[in-house]
Amino acid sequence: MADMPGTIEAEKSRDIRKRWLLSLPALLIILVASTGPLLIVLVYSFLTPGAYGDVQWLPSLDGWIGVVMEKDIFDGTVSLADAHVSIFMRSVMLSLATTVLTLLVGFPTAYFIATRPEKTRELWLFLITIPFWTNLLIRTFAILEIIRNEGLINGLMLKSGLISKPIQMLFTDGAILTGMVYVYLPLMVLPLYASMEKLDFRLVEAAYDLYATPFRVLRKIIFPLVKPGVIAGSILVFIPALGAYVTPSILGGGKNMMLGNLIELQFGQGRNWPLGSALSITLMLIVMAALLVYVRNAGSQGSRHG
Amino acid sequence: MAELNAVEIRQVSKIFGFGEFAFAAVDNTSVSIRQNEFFTLLGPSGCGKTTLLRLIAGFEYPTSGEIMLNGEDIAAMPPFKRPINTVFQSYALFPHMTVAENIGFGLAMLGKPKPEIKDRVDAMLKLVRMEALAGRRTSQISGGQQQRVALARALAPQPKVLLLDEPLSALDYKLRKDMQIELKRLQAETGITFIFVTHDQEEALTMSDRIAVMSSGKILQVGNPREIYDAPADRFVADFIGETNFLKGWISSVRNGIADVDTPVAGRISATMPQDFHAEGEVTVVLRPEHATLCAPDQSIVSQMTGKLENVVYFGTDTHYHVRLSDGETLFTLREQNKPLQSARFNQGDTVGIALEANAARVLRN
Repeated sequence: MADMPGTIEAEKSRDIRKRWLLSLPALLIILVASTGPLLIVLVYSFLTPGAYGDVQWLPSLDGWIGVVMEKDIFDGTVSLADAHVSIFMRSVMLSLATTVLTLLVGFPTAYFIATRPEKTRELWLFLITIPFWTNLLIRTFAILEIIRNEGLINGLMLKSGLISKPIQMLFTDGAILTGMVYVYLPLMVLPLYASMEKLDFRLVEAAYDLYATPFRVLRKIIFPLVKPGVIAGSILVFIPALGAYVTPSILGGGKNMMLGNLIELQFGQGRNWPLGSALSITLMLIVMAALLVYVRNAGSQGSRHG
Repeated sequence: MAELNAVEIRQVSKIFGFGEFAFAAVDNTSVSIRQNEFFTLLGPSGCGKTTLLRLIAGFEYPTSGEIMLNGEDIAAMPPFKRPINTVFQSYALFPHMTVAENIGFGLAMLGKPKPEIKDRVDAMLKLVRMEALAGRRTSQISGGQQQRVALARALAPQPKVLLLDEPLSALDYKLRKDMQIELKRLQAETGITFIFVTHDQEEALTMSDRIAVMSSGKILQVGNPREIYDAPADRFVADFIGETNFLKGWISSVRNGIADVDTPVAGRISATMPQDFHAEGEVTVVLRPEHATLCAPDQSIVSQMTGKLENVVYFGTDTHYHVRLSDGETLFTLREQNKPLQSARFNQGDTVGIALEANAARVLRN
């Protein structure tokens, strides 16, 4: 009797040890591939830039100051870096717009798939994932081919006489937005579908029966019940959109930069690694803040409803 | 003055699928449901009763035919415009709302002012005796309570007609009995026309003012429970409602609506006949198990047929006997009520006689 608890205790600690052992590979990968590099970035952001890139091991806050301020090279006065601020603003606005648009397009898409007969749903899902088969770069160039001045849309409109000179679509915020919505749409559709598939459509019927118009059924029944999918999809779209690099650099050209391009610039031509590092961490902080606000809002509403 | 029917189904068909896969779930059916009536659609699963209910609710639109609500054709009206509410088999309560919010949903959608909704929800909670659980989530209450909330939710907007789709099938026996009484009480108190769908013939008999028996998309017979049970229109109805014995025979003579039927197994028995029924030659006679009793085979005055007792099933209130008749084919079922301290009068394997009560037999159409 007396040694019973002891045995259980021993069993328990053995169990815990085993779990640690099993999760060791994952922990190792997280440490080497995620935490480590992040620490390097954090440390670099407080150092002085080297002349040919890299860093000098001299502590400095210039990198962090450079995130939103700029130093006049002649008189050394510090003022707000308008270019950086506008890039921050553009990144956040474009990412928000991407999230909203993918939600607007993705919601009916997911609803459509979820309401198909079970057998055909897999086919529809398969169609959604087809874009993933092709490299992002190639897909983005394909969009470029469609919207550039000599491209498909302008070409057709010119030929049909709708317009007399090409409309500038490429290298605009609209082009970036179009590209990002296209690229990130599957990331919205899939989690939305996952929660819509679980939706009990008899509830929809019950709401119709209780005098709810189709729009109100959507707002009062479907939307609250698939909210976990909406939240997951929004997060999955917003985060990579904020750090997007390929799409804005190809479709936005040099002028319409987003944060990802700005960071890349510091590590490349800018040769200012501390600034790049500080910008990277700022991006991370923005994402974290956005997530916190979003999840907290969604969560508190969730606890009131479901 | 003839009162307008609450619901009138006129030659309604609902066909699912196309071409060779087309399937008529409801097949050119007509039926009238009166005001303030407890009307039951009874039939086996797949007979079209639920489809007919969904047509009335508006979840399906008829392929052809008219659906009238108080004289107005509503066949093309969407469900959210019909003053008809449904209690679903699965209850379909909204999981993200409280009990009170569920009950008030219909009223809120109708745009009723908040104080009125609150009063009505309170009244409904009281009606179904759920006042104490108004703030609960629907996942935090039992099946029977969910059933009550579903009822209250459907009754709250004071519909013209309440549709109930097998609402009691998920409840256990005792709770089901309680809810049957509760449903009758609610119907009487609210004065709303109830259209109730079930495959449970006992439920249909005990609760309904009138029953429509359905099979393969068609309504075979409409009548009050006694008519349906005592005077089934055809073999399907007779077979579906209660346990039934069928005997083949030939009508030899008819007097005052009573036919003498010669049967190979039971000799000549007299049987009641449907009105305006004219038949000659072979007919089928129905005998209910409780209208026959076992007796000793040599009591030739009362015994009308003999057979071998194959099975004795004790049911508490009564005992069922299955007798293989002398033709070696027909299995005759009879039911005797159990008396206090009475042991079985006959045992398995005994040769027994069967006595029929007067007017026990009835001739079936066709």
